[in-house]
Amino acid sequence: MKSHLLPDFVVERIEERCNRCGVCVKQCPWGVYSWNEDKTEILIDYTKCVGCQRCVVYCPNKALIVRPYPGSYRPNAYWTKEVISDIKKQAEQGGVLLVGTGSDRPYKVYFDHILLNASQVTNPSIDPLREPMELRTFLGRKPDRLEIEIDGDDVEIKTELYPNLVVETPILFAGMSYGALSKNAFLALAMAAKEFGTLFCTGEGGLPKDMREEYGPVAIVQCASGRFGVDPEYLNCAAAIEIKIGQGAKPGIGGHLPGEKVTAEISATRMIPEGTDALSPAPHHDIYSIEDLSMLIYALKEATNYEKPVFVKIAAVHNVAAIASGIVRAGADVIVIDGFRGGTGASPKVMRDHVGIPIELAIAAVDQRLREEGIRHKCSIIASGGIRCSADVVKAIALGADAVYIGTAALIALGCTMCQKCYTGKCAWGICTQDPNLAKRLNPKEGAKRLVNLLRAWSLEIKDMLGGMGINAIESLRSNREQLRGIGLEEWELRVLGIKGAGE
Amino acid sequence: MIKPRDDKEFQGCGIFGVMDRSGKRFNGEMIVEAMKNMHVRGNGLGGGFAVYGLYPKYKDYYCLHVMIQDWNEEAKMEVDRFLDANFDIVHDEEIPTNEDANVENPPLFWRYFVSPQKKGEDKKLSDDDYVIKKVMHINTKIKDAYVISSGKNMGVFKGVGFPEDIAEFFMIEKYKGYIWTAHSRFPTNTPGWWGGAHPFCILDWTVVHNGEISSYGTNKRYLEMFGYYCTLQTDTEVMAYAFDLLMRRQGLPIEIVAKILAPPMWDIIDHMDEKKKKLYTTLRMVYAPLLINGPWTVIVAHHGEMFGLTDRIRLRPITAGEKGDLLFLSSEEAAIRAVCPDLDRVWTPHGGEPVVGRLNEKALKKVIG
Amino acid sequence: MRFVDSFLDGVRRLEEIVHQARIEGDVAEIDAKGLKHKELNDLMRFCVERGAKKLILKNVCGQRYIGTRLFFNPGVKVEIIIYGTPGNDLGAFLAGHRIVVYGNAQDGVGNTMDDGEIIVHGRAGDVVAMAMRGGKIFIRDSVGYRTAIHMKEYMDRVPLLVVGGTAQDFLGEYMAGGRVVLLGLNLENGRHRCHYIGTGMHGGVIYLRGKVEKYQLGKEVGVVEMEEEDWKFLEKVVDEFCGYFGREIKMERDEILGGNFMKLIPVTKRPYGKVYSY
Repeated sequence: MKSHLLPDFVVERIEERCNRCGVCVKQCPWGVYSWNEDKTEILIDYTKCVGCQRCVVYCPNKALIVRPYPGSYRPNAYWTKEVISDIKKQAEQGGVLLVGTGSDRPYKVYFDHILLNASQVTNPSIDPLREPMELRTFLGRKPDRLEIEIDGDDVEIKTELYPNLVVETPILFAGMSYGALSKNAFLALAMAAKEFGTLFCTGEGGLPKDMREEYGPVAIVQCASGRFGVDPEYLNCAAAIEIKIGQGAKPGIGGHLPGEKVTAEISATRMIPEGTDALSPAPHHDIYSIEDLSMLIYALKEATNYEKPVFVKIAAVHNVAAIASGIVRAGADVIVIDGFRGGTGASPKVMRDHVGIPIELAIAAVDQRLREEGIRHKCSIIASGGIRCSADVVKAIALGADAVYIGTAALIALGCTMCQKCYTGKCAWGICTQDPNLAKRLNPKEGAKRLVNLLRAWSLEIKDMLGGMGINAIESLRSNREQLRGIGLEEWELRVLGIKGAGE
Repeated sequence: MIKPRDDKEFQGCGIFGVMDRSGKRFNGEMIVEAMKNMHVRGNGLGGGFAVYGLYPKYKDYYCLHVMIQDWNEEAKMEVDRFLDANFDIVHDEEIPTNEDANVENPPLFWRYFVSPQKKGEDKKLSDDDYVIKKVMHINTKIKDAYVISSGKNMGVFKGVGFPEDIAEFFMIEKYKGYIWTAHSRFPTNTPGWWGGAHPFCILDWTVVHNGEISSYGTNKRYLEMFGYYCTLQTDTEVMAYAFDLLMRRQGLPIEIVAKILAPPMWDIIDHMDEKKKKLYTTLRMVYAPLLINGPWTVIVAHHGEMFGLTDRIRLRPITAGEKGDLLFLSSEEAAIRAVCPDLDRVWTPHGGEPVVGRLNEKALKKVIG
Repeated sequence: MRFVDSFLDGVRRLEEIVHQARIEGDVAEIDAKGLKHKELNDLMRFCVERGAKKLILKNVCGQRYIGTRLFFNPGVKVEIIIYGTPGNDLGAFLAGHRIVVYGNAQDGVGNTMDDGEIIVHGRAGDVVAMAMRGGKIFIRDSVGYRTAIHMKEYMDRVPLLVVGGTAQDFLGEYMAGGRVVLLGLNLENGRHRCHYIGTGMHGGVIYLRGKVEKYQLGKEVGVVEMEEEDWKFLEKVVDEFCGYFGREIKMERDEILGGNFMKLIPVTKRPYGKVYSY
């Protein structure tokens, strides 16, 4: 069938700069560039371009410009180019539209309508470069109170404590599976987590056996609906276990790693035959209700001798506060809430763009509800989904989170340019691919270095912001909504966020 | 005391029902033992029991169990005045409770045995509809007063706590009945409200329910057309009204009602013989708004009958067991075994297929008259 | 506000319950009466750590996760004999142990089981062998909904589930590997009632003894001819089945094998390759 689609991008070559070296041909996995028959000229088929910018960055002569295709249909605020293109695509192929990454729709970004406070006169700000500034964070259930026994100078703790995890910065790497990610990208996250003193989450693709000893202690291993690679050793080698109920990019649906990505090593990690689709059912089929969730939480605690905290990750949806309360009561030690901006390697576009609620509102609602019920200390809260910078981290914690997960930001640090083609398996940056020729473009050591740099930079900025508020320990920021003011928000939005308007 | 929020509640739970089909009455010890076995299915935020054959001395009178929140004296007086004006009260008393029970801030519970005194326009109503109307009035118009059961010769005891705590509070081992149903709650909402516990009751119909109804909004709006207003924001309320509409008011048997609430899939219907196909197609067409979607199991009881039913793809569990005249329904088999280790038969029905227990004919005459 | 962790609340310390266990040589007997879920598993672990290789559990009634806490590195393998009705998630994440149940089992038998054996002299509930990755499960009677859902295999690790009776709907849903054998020994008219058999199936094999109509099968499943190696496999399975339950069932080995068997396999390893555009 003849395709009626317009191109997405156009590639322009500055002819006087190009010396026909052929780097672009090698770098582009999309087939935009090709040699002519006698290898004297490089042909450009820009209709195949996805805008990943790989060729532009790697062109030694800086001869290339890739920009959105300027031609379009008659301007229409309702029937936009995107709407028209989607209809044409579906008319040509009759299927669900897939996308990668979090939603790109222009819904309101609440982070951008919240401003932070700083001390002036009445309370000194603190200089984080010279004075102590603490970001260490404990994740897990805390007891109601501490019973101690004092015998002279010797103070003994009598209360039995729940397992807790410690991270040196309130930033963890979100669940991204080996399978969705290349081994090198996966490894880079693990290495960076270890080096910086934080944790990474394996996603649902298991943890390769050769990584368990070294990186198990910094891994949050996921137990998702597909139960891929979930064996007793996997559960026991980890720092914590995360039950993945849902994710912000596709609440309420399962996952699907296409067979062509299930290579030999991935099949060994997931324990399914090579080339088989790895299907993650929409629900856990042993969880159809809150008491079933409780059953799995305790099954995992039993399987790990009560030594590991159990996380439960859900997508932020309409009744997130009530659901979170149930999760705490079901025995979870940490709740991860993934906002609708959360990323993905592949999601039906319609789910990504129309289901869920923003993380800012969800965190505020959950924190509030758990406090009203007197159970906030029974769990830690991790905010996830669309955390873009250190200010987002600070705002999320002030709204009530204990820590944040970053996924997309970490991948951007590794090279991602948000072209949204993760689901094709052809990632030009070697991140979201199982093609060995592409995957080797990402050096795990260098990747880890970039990630550590990012964590370091954000941590420094967080310290700056804390210092400005006159706070020198991250726990004093948690749920400290007095440090936040809204701007350009309506009454109900301020109410849900639990913050005042600027100037109030 | 925390009253319901205006958002819908979600909950999981454990449920149990036991019936002696010969009509023999037995006390509450057995069902408490069974519920204890399923302790972990609840979280101590709701438990309750329904008992049939409870008040043989007053079996011709409606018995209203009324809960007065915060021991509000004004509410109690207003209920007294209202009932006096609309009913003959043949007997009333505080429901005896055990102060040492492991419950927090229990409300006051009072029971009234009444017969309708209809006036004016109300004379056109049947006794049952008259009682429903007056019960709705108390529940919606008198602050802090809630009628938690309103049938003849039966009653509901419920509150915030594990079922064993509630049993201790109401001392239910002292009561006898030929059907007992029970519920243990794991709510994620309205965690501290005694009225939010189950069973849910309308007239002598009680429902205990496990699961969450995904079609709540659709069902609720349909039921509103028939004068049912869901004031408690619970799925169970929707269930109870659906059974009342279809079974009491429209006279359909449970075997048909099951096919309305939990109909077979179209591709199963497509393979039925013509007559059956027409019946199932018509049921789905006419009663589409009463398809109860999502995961659920219910145990429903009214005089002479107890049945269990699940959603059509059996997303919540139910196990049935039989021993002589005894019929058991439970979320887990072990709970049945805990009180009756040696069963004649134990089975798990298919999704959407009811397990029905009815009094045998002799018992029916004796119990219902 | 009231917060009760109903699972951990009131769990007694080991000292308080240890009298319910008796260890003699490498055999331990535990009276499970009145033990909470965690207490029973605490006691079992305690016994194994003290050298018990065989655990006999009496008066079991609803206790969950039996066998789950017995992951030891390097692996110790034990045998667990259960009298009564074990609770949900029997042998969940099981690390190679052998469990024999004299009685019925509930939901979640062998959930995400890694290796070992579970033999149930009775029936079992829903989601039996969910996400099972290795080992064997034998159930004498019937099983509930969603049996063997998302069972998977890898190389020589091929899980096996054998059910003497029938199953309810969604048998083998999402199945990605392994072998399921449904013997249909208790069928009233020779027909299985379950629908949506193998819906979403993309690996493994289901053998059915007894009749099912085509519309009872999921769209992703195909019926293929039984071949010699299938019969060889079934002979082995039925022999093992009869070895466990021969005295409790009415049928002889040859009568079972003489029945009408059907072999179901997925049409494709990639059932949902076609539902996406671009």
